[in-house]
Amino acid sequence: MTRVYLVDDHGLFRAGVRAELAGLVEVVGDAGTVAEAIRGIRETRPDVVLLDVHMPGGGGVEVIRAIGADLPGTRFLALSVSDAAEDVIATVRAGARGYVTKTISGPELADAVRRVAEGDAVFSPKLAGFVLDAFAAGASELPVPSDPELDQLTPREREVLQHIARGYLYKEVAHRLGISTKTVEAHVSAVLRKLQLSNRHELSRWAASRRLVD
Amino acid sequence: MNRSVSSSPRPAGALRQAAGVVLVVVAALLALRQLGVWTGDALLWPIALTAGGLMLLWRRSATPLGTLREALPEAQPRMVAGAALVVLGAVAFLSATDALAQARSVMLAALAVVVGIALIFGPAWLRVARALADERAQRVRSQERAEMAAHLHDSVLQTLALIQRRADDPREVAALARRQERELRAWLAGEPAVPEVETLAAALRAAAAEVEDLHGVPIEVVAVGDAPLDESAAATVQAAREAMLNAARFAGAERIDVYAEATPERLEVFVRDRGAGFDPGAIPADRRGVRESIVGRMARAGGEARVHSEPGGGTEVELVVAR
Repeated sequence: MTRVYLVDDHGLFRAGVRAELAGLVEVVGDAGTVAEAIRGIRETRPDVVLLDVHMPGGGGVEVIRAIGADLPGTRFLALSVSDAAEDVIATVRAGARGYVTKTISGPELADAVRRVAEGDAVFSPKLAGFVLDAFAAGASELPVPSDPELDQLTPREREVLQHIARGYLYKEVAHRLGISTKTVEAHVSAVLRKLQLSNRHELSRWAASRRLVD
Repeated sequence: MNRSVSSSPRPAGALRQAAGVVLVVVAALLALRQLGVWTGDALLWPIALTAGGLMLLWRRSATPLGTLREALPEAQPRMVAGAALVVLGAVAFLSATDALAQARSVMLAALAVVVGIALIFGPAWLRVARALADERAQRVRSQERAEMAAHLHDSVLQTLALIQRRADDPREVAALARRQERELRAWLAGEPAVPEVETLAAALRAAAAEVEDLHGVPIEVVAVGDAPLDESAAATVQAAREAMLNAARFAGAERIDVYAEATPERLEVFVRDRGAGFDPGAIPADRRGVRESIVGRMARAGGEARVHSEPGGGTEVELVVAR
């Protein structure tokens, strides 16, 4: 069973997620602060860390920064009520494999956790919308894209993201576009890679506005 | 705080008033001279200067006592200017009457007394001033707290009370919680309580919020790009609202996804639910909802509406209009 570590500063919320995930995945620990999370994750070596974007003392970005490089086997999935695009994008750029909102149901969350554990990217409709916005806005403002490979989405990737933003599950997207679910996952992973590596002006502006760019 | 701002006059106004008084005094003196009641021209400037200075000083003491300490910092330059004018007037008077030489020793003594008083009472005065500043900051803080308490009382506490009463109706509770969350989020973000709906995305969010409140089904709105709410955008929002209402009423879905994309070429809105679905070919002719409010409305706006649905497979309404 997938081993999950839960990081959120609200005890009530952690208890709720624990209850919802019971029997679907194994919750090996939880933490309410960044320091506690770093210690706990190092000790328990979970497959997936469910990470709150907003926390006192730095939030999810700090946790990933502190241990992401040391624990290649551990993957991060952002889970938040935050609606702010810059927070979500910053967490994903720091290394999270996706972002889901806290309104997600228990079984859906368990499914997302398993997919992240397998190395896939998990995009909620909200994240898909943010990404489309980030890559669409100001596309013409860029004089010369520094790296066309990274700075633009392919038409197919846009199509896949649009369907996710419309509320379709991966397998439904695959069905509608006449491709396999694996191909949909490959497209989403490619988008995740671009999101994390691209230096597009819009992305860096978002990150810079939160002073998260080095 | 507002009180002190409105009751303490602006420096420019005070100066103008002082200048006015000086002119009136000079005019009165000239009139007296004309009438022959006059001791000598040498007194003109001392009297005029003293009158102007006193005007500045006395105006000060006309400020109501309650706002005195709040007005203090702003009033200080005026006090100094007034005092300087009066002193100047006195010096001019003394020199005009050739009394300056004798007055020098007296003034030196007076100066020594003033410095002594300042040294004795200065620290105490500073302490009082500091205490007043602290008190003022305290009052601002407690005002902010009261404002926040009032807001929480009107919103969150009311909702929590409602939720306790409706605990047996999970749908209603969820709707209440969701509406409260939305309001609180807008409040934290500093948005106005009644948002101005001027763009496609804002209008869609407002429509979604309304349908959510009516039917208790959560609606997630994702918008990419945005557009001003012109006629065709407004028609699209109306059609989308109807589609959300249908999904909330008939589909029995757990949530509804709304996706809007605005490009320079066109507006697209998708309303999707994972509910019961239906056969679009079998809509009774009297069901005005889809035919009139969605398809007809989009056609009149120069756009198009397509309904994709099958029994058991959920429904998606697709709205497109060129810009």
